[in-house]
Amino acid sequence: MIGKFDIYIAGVGGQGIGLLSEALIRAVDCAGMIAKGCDTHGLAQRGGSVSSHVRVGADARSPLVSEGSADLVIALERHEAVSAGRKYLKEGGTLLWFDASWQPLDVRLGKARAAAESDVDEVVALRKGTVVRVDGDGLPDPRMQNVAMLAAVCRRGLVPGLSLAHARSALSDLMAGSALEANLALLAD
Amino acid sequence: MKDLGSTLLREEAFEEIVIGNTAVARAMVEAGVRSATSYPGSPTPEIAEALAAMDADRRPLRFEFSTNEKVATEVAFGSALNGHLSVVFFKSVGLNVAADSFVQLSLMDIPGGLVVVLGDDPGANSSQNEQDNRHYARMAYVPVLEPAGAQEAYDFFKLAARIARERHTVVILRLTTHVCHAKEKVRFAAWKPEPFDPTARFDPELQNYVPIAASVFPLKRRALERLADLASDPLALSADRVDDAGNRKRGVIVAGNAYLSLLDALAEAREKPDVLKLGLVHPLPAAHVREFLAAHEEVKILEELDPVLETEIKALAYDAGLRTRIIGKLGVDELMGEHVPSAVLRIMAAAWPDLYDAPPPEALPAVAAPRPAQLCPGCGHRSAFYAVKKALKDEDITVADIGCHTLGHLPPYRMGRVLLSMGHSTATASGLALFNKERRVACFIGDSTLFHAGLPGIANAVYNQHDVLLIVMENGTTAMTGHQDHPGTGRNWNGDTTKLSVRAALEGLGVANIREVDAYQQAKLTGMVREALAEPGFKVVIARHPCMLKFTRDQRRKLKAAWKPKHVRIDQDACTKAHECVERFGCPSFQIHDGRAVTVNEDLCIGDGSCRQTCPSGAIVEKLGGAE
Repeated sequence: MIGKFDIYIAGVGGQGIGLLSEALIRAVDCAGMIAKGCDTHGLAQRGGSVSSHVRVGADARSPLVSEGSADLVIALERHEAVSAGRKYLKEGGTLLWFDASWQPLDVRLGKARAAAESDVDEVVALRKGTVVRVDGDGLPDPRMQNVAMLAAVCRRGLVPGLSLAHARSALSDLMAGSALEANLALLAD
Repeated sequence: MKDLGSTLLREEAFEEIVIGNTAVARAMVEAGVRSATSYPGSPTPEIAEALAAMDADRRPLRFEFSTNEKVATEVAFGSALNGHLSVVFFKSVGLNVAADSFVQLSLMDIPGGLVVVLGDDPGANSSQNEQDNRHYARMAYVPVLEPAGAQEAYDFFKLAARIARERHTVVILRLTTHVCHAKEKVRFAAWKPEPFDPTARFDPELQNYVPIAASVFPLKRRALERLADLASDPLALSADRVDDAGNRKRGVIVAGNAYLSLLDALAEAREKPDVLKLGLVHPLPAAHVREFLAAHEEVKILEELDPVLETEIKALAYDAGLRTRIIGKLGVDELMGEHVPSAVLRIMAAAWPDLYDAPPPEALPAVAAPRPAQLCPGCGHRSAFYAVKKALKDEDITVADIGCHTLGHLPPYRMGRVLLSMGHSTATASGLALFNKERRVACFIGDSTLFHAGLPGIANAVYNQHDVLLIVMENGTTAMTGHQDHPGTGRNWNGDTTKLSVRAALEGLGVANIREVDAYQQAKLTGMVREALAEPGFKVVIARHPCMLKFTRDQRRKLKAAWKPKHVRIDQDACTKAHECVERFGCPSFQIHDGRAVTVNEDLCIGDGSCRQTCPSGAIVEKLGGAE
């Protein structure tokens, strides 16, 4: 049984980060481990940064992951991967990111540089960690990137003790019908 | 848990992974709450969402979103006077709105019992300040229970309801943002539905319910005595607990979510202090505190926001002649922000430098551009700001109110540059217009906020003849908090109802100068604002467009498989790289490449086309044939 395993999830309001964290917490529960967490809502619908904290194990008490302490950072967007990695990834942790770009305001206004893939790699190198990049190739609907990331977590064994079967159980507990069928296809063994 | 509603109405005991707000909704069911009222505000709206998920025929309580927090509190008070257990919930600053009635509640014998659930917001995650509402509780002699997480939010709500009902009084359940939203597996008890007795039991002979002058004093005496009595009530004291680590030197007194942060922060510590975790934070459980102080040489008071416990505990130690070294707040930083685990670790290390061997892990400095919240693609407010800005001079003054349109203060619009509170805009603008012939004053308000607290300022502007332009940003919903209905939508929480017209309300208040336009008609709106500003006195322009986030979601839900995404695209041959779309209209769908070429992000664009009129070369065109 894990003492503590911390996951920090980052994205942009509208990317479906809430479903990803809810499914992840329930998958961890299905795997027989203690799970807790917290979505930071803020003004989520307005396209600002949003994040979720998922904490696994009996030794995790607060719902919030501490800075520089995440075993796993999951980012659904490139700029968020850089920010979240720098803020939360712990020494030797894993950064899993989806390669989409939603430019922040300052980038669009020409006041800041757009983030590049090399910026993500640099963060992970600074933390002596592992980087895993996922892209949308072969994804039937861009809105399914959240479940694609859940599949990547399980398929690559990024959370100890968590399998695709646990993810399928979790999702079956949250949705039904054609949406469930389409998402379960992404979680096939 | 596909069906939240039926889960929350299960009659047998069960466990489920839920957030604190959802746990409170189940606690309301079990406690026998009959009436619940609220005004939407983060971090509490999910309580209403959980109630809404319940089948209306089986839901054992009535709910309404009232027009503001004061009204919600009064409705709850009235139903509780008739003997029905009642609850009112709202966000931190909502208590300022409710305060005029709230401060009277402890003077009243409330037969049904009344629970006020507060969503305080340390860290100002979604509020204009991070006020500590324990001050209100002290001022108004109202007891406060403070849970640390979702399980305790459920347990303490039931405790608060029991105290309120048994003592015919009002009790606060003080949640904070990351208690409301903390998610964990909660153990729920069984629930046996009780038949409802709707008898109106208000009895004006029970006490004098009209406190004026000398008749205040017996009521105040009873409130003070009732509060003092609660500090030794075993039921209330059952909310406190001690984690005994066998440390007779060091102890910590803590409450709320900071307790869980403390447990995380102590995981790496060289020694574990004893911990007294208070559940009852007002009145101070003096016996527990005195005993804990006496048993330790040094005690750190760990509390989020203001030194409320610290002040009381130091006074208590003085009166008791205790020599314990009490460590309170060390500097203003400890009065600010959330007590998240990393903050608590720093605070503990500052109190006892020998507690840790190694410094805690830290974030790397940020390099990527921050991503502030912004108006959604297609938002009518964006069109309105773009158009209104064209009618104003740089030196003119614009005043914001609270709602999605507050985001207009950000670049590229820079509209609405001062903000106080819900409904303030017209009156603040009125003051800015005094003695001022050079700089014209325009202010904004949304439709939900207008009905919440905007009307008195408008009445004043008419009555006292202020020279101000009010622009009503009417989007037909309470968008920022999750699309709740309001008096102008024709629907309330329970179904169809009378639709209050913004225009008729303004006319009823005596506003003679009113113009209306769809916010997407940018040239017309610019012209109207120019005209209106040239006219003396108080005038209103209603810039109306439905919330497009809500509209798009509703369309998708209605059309299901037949729904097709719509987008615009940039005709790269026609585009002159003027960047009007990116730099001044500022829809987040537009992405810029190497500082030059513009493309459209189809994950964001909803194809509303409000941008097309802004392009000087007509290069934004409707994309035919759906997504690429």
